[in-house]
Amino acid sequence: MTTPSSSTTDPVLSVRDLTIRFKARGRETPVVHGIDFDIHGGETLALVGESGSGKSVTSFALMRLLPDARHCTIEGQVNIGGVNLLELTERKMTSVRGPKIAMIFQEPLTSLNPVHRVGDQIAEAIRYHRKMTRAQIRDRVLELLTLVGIPDPERRMSAYPGAMSGGMRQRVVIAMALALEPDLLIADEPTTALDVTVQAQILELLRDIQNRTGMAMLFITHDFGVVAEIADRVMVMYSGRIVEEGRLEDVLTQPRMPYTQGLLSSVPRLEDAGLRTGALGTIEGFVPTAGNLPDGCSFHPRCPHARPGVCDTAMPALEPHGRPDHPVRCLRIEDIAASDMEDLSV
Amino acid sequence: MLRFLLNRVLQGAVLILIVSMIGFFVINLAPGGPLSQYAMTPGMSQADLDRIAAQMGLDRPLPVQYLDWLGNMLIGDWGNSYRDQSPVLDVVWRHMWATLLLMGTSTVISVALGTLVGVLGALKRYSIFDYMATVGAMIALSIPTFWFGLVAIFIFALELGWLPAGSMYTVGDQSLGDYLIHLIMPSIVLALVNVAIWSRYMRAATLDVIDQDYVRTAKAKGLPHLRVVSAHIVRNALIPMITLAGLQLPTIIGGALVTETVFTWPGLGRLFIDSLGYNDYPVIMGLLMFSAILTVIGNFLADVGVALADPRIRLG
Repeated sequence: MTTPSSSTTDPVLSVRDLTIRFKARGRETPVVHGIDFDIHGGETLALVGESGSGKSVTSFALMRLLPDARHCTIEGQVNIGGVNLLELTERKMTSVRGPKIAMIFQEPLTSLNPVHRVGDQIAEAIRYHRKMTRAQIRDRVLELLTLVGIPDPERRMSAYPGAMSGGMRQRVVIAMALALEPDLLIADEPTTALDVTVQAQILELLRDIQNRTGMAMLFITHDFGVVAEIADRVMVMYSGRIVEEGRLEDVLTQPRMPYTQGLLSSVPRLEDAGLRTGALGTIEGFVPTAGNLPDGCSFHPRCPHARPGVCDTAMPALEPHGRPDHPVRCLRIEDIAASDMEDLSV
Repeated sequence: MLRFLLNRVLQGAVLILIVSMIGFFVINLAPGGPLSQYAMTPGMSQADLDRIAAQMGLDRPLPVQYLDWLGNMLIGDWGNSYRDQSPVLDVVWRHMWATLLLMGTSTVISVALGTLVGVLGALKRYSIFDYMATVGAMIALSIPTFWFGLVAIFIFALELGWLPAGSMYTVGDQSLGDYLIHLIMPSIVLALVNVAIWSRYMRAATLDVIDQDYVRTAKAKGLPHLRVVSAHIVRNALIPMITLAGLQLPTIIGGALVTETVFTWPGLGRLFIDSLGYNDYPVIMGLLMFSAILTVIGNFLADVGVALADPRIRLG
């Protein structure tokens, strides 16, 4: 298990006031509203939220993989090694992707080019960043395939992606991302499309590699089961804003934001199985679409604790409310903590 | 693999047989008939014509004529041209080189330029370049080839006098430079439409590929833009183009027909037109068979080519 690094060391990634707007038909719609976070070496930060919360958009913005400036604008800072990636030219950015940040994606079945051998697809990542001979690159590819647990790598490296299962392909994608020993690995729902058993293997593999390399990891998911497996810290996102942030144990055992509480109560629990003590928790309503956010707290229309005249007037700030390492974005946090805590099933 | 080959050869043979049957009977149903050329000769009597018909075996029933022709064709005797009595295979062969030279040059131009325009248009979708390429392709496809050819001749041959107005070489010169100068105008006129077609297909194929997850993966691993475009976008977008190229092979005969006529280019297209005018049935049948064989070969090459280029596809 990695220890969450102390705040005295410089973070690997430092995001400040990141704002992302999509442009369509002359209108700009903000989808991520000024978010801040740091990730340190060896640490895994889980970014949790429903579909449409802006978590994937955030990860693509870090990689500068969003559409060009005609379709979206990105403001703020994404600092890695003292450099703000948002100010780099596309050419300079090419040398950051790979050795500084790498990414693995949600869809292992479509993330590999079907017409190139998997060994070649890993090798090309190395070839454009390192001065290595053909033989050295080949050895490195074999080493990577072994690292990600692909049996018989000698034979597998000349296979085409179509001849591999989803789990194997995701391992290849991981090998590709690790090829240049990145400081930060972004994993965008890497296990969502996989069987539960394969999912567990992949998570263990990622944790194991992180222990060996000490890389930082940004893990994007909507699945609290996965969060509990892999994260050191958790950041909950709703409608393009961070609504709660804290250490894994704190967020899982004492969620403060009603949204987080709702998310957690909608996870089936083994203890309740067979008891049939009632329906699984749900959060009523839908995630508001970007550009149509309600006034005040974006979550208030769905929040069981919302009070008219309070929650629909002003957007709450992300504030400690008495716990500096577990800030939350809620105006009624003190009231909820005082009165409703016993009602919560968590 | 052997099964696949056998299968395709058999299918092709059946197809060609059917084409030959339909072709033979349809041509003989057309008004005129093989004797119409002789009938125009002054002083030709009906008795003379009957004698010629009997000599050429034309007095026999059509199915018998067909079987006779088919049997000869299978042993390599495609009959003789009515015009100069030279063997059909020789005639086709002589004209084929002119067509191959013209089609080859124009195909190189149109594939290279069409691919480039199509890919750039897709990469810079809805840019000024893309709009201009789209409008340009529409114009090129709308202009009849003969009109464009005549305008080109008028400007570059008659007014400016830079290029020869037609034919393949200057009699008595026939140097390489002379061939090239004669090749410029017809090959560009012929390429114009093909660039338009090719660039539209290539643009669509590129747009299909450009948003694929593996393109994003290629960018994410820090590949230079040019490498992403060449190895992960164009490489994949070219696969459907192989099929298109295979389908274009038989247009060697018909595709250059108008261009060859306008520029008096001694190729297969003009041979076809001339043969129709002369009621030269053996040559017409020969060209029809040639076209059918090219269609079968083109399809076969396309299938093999796609299988070679795309590991997801197996022959069988």
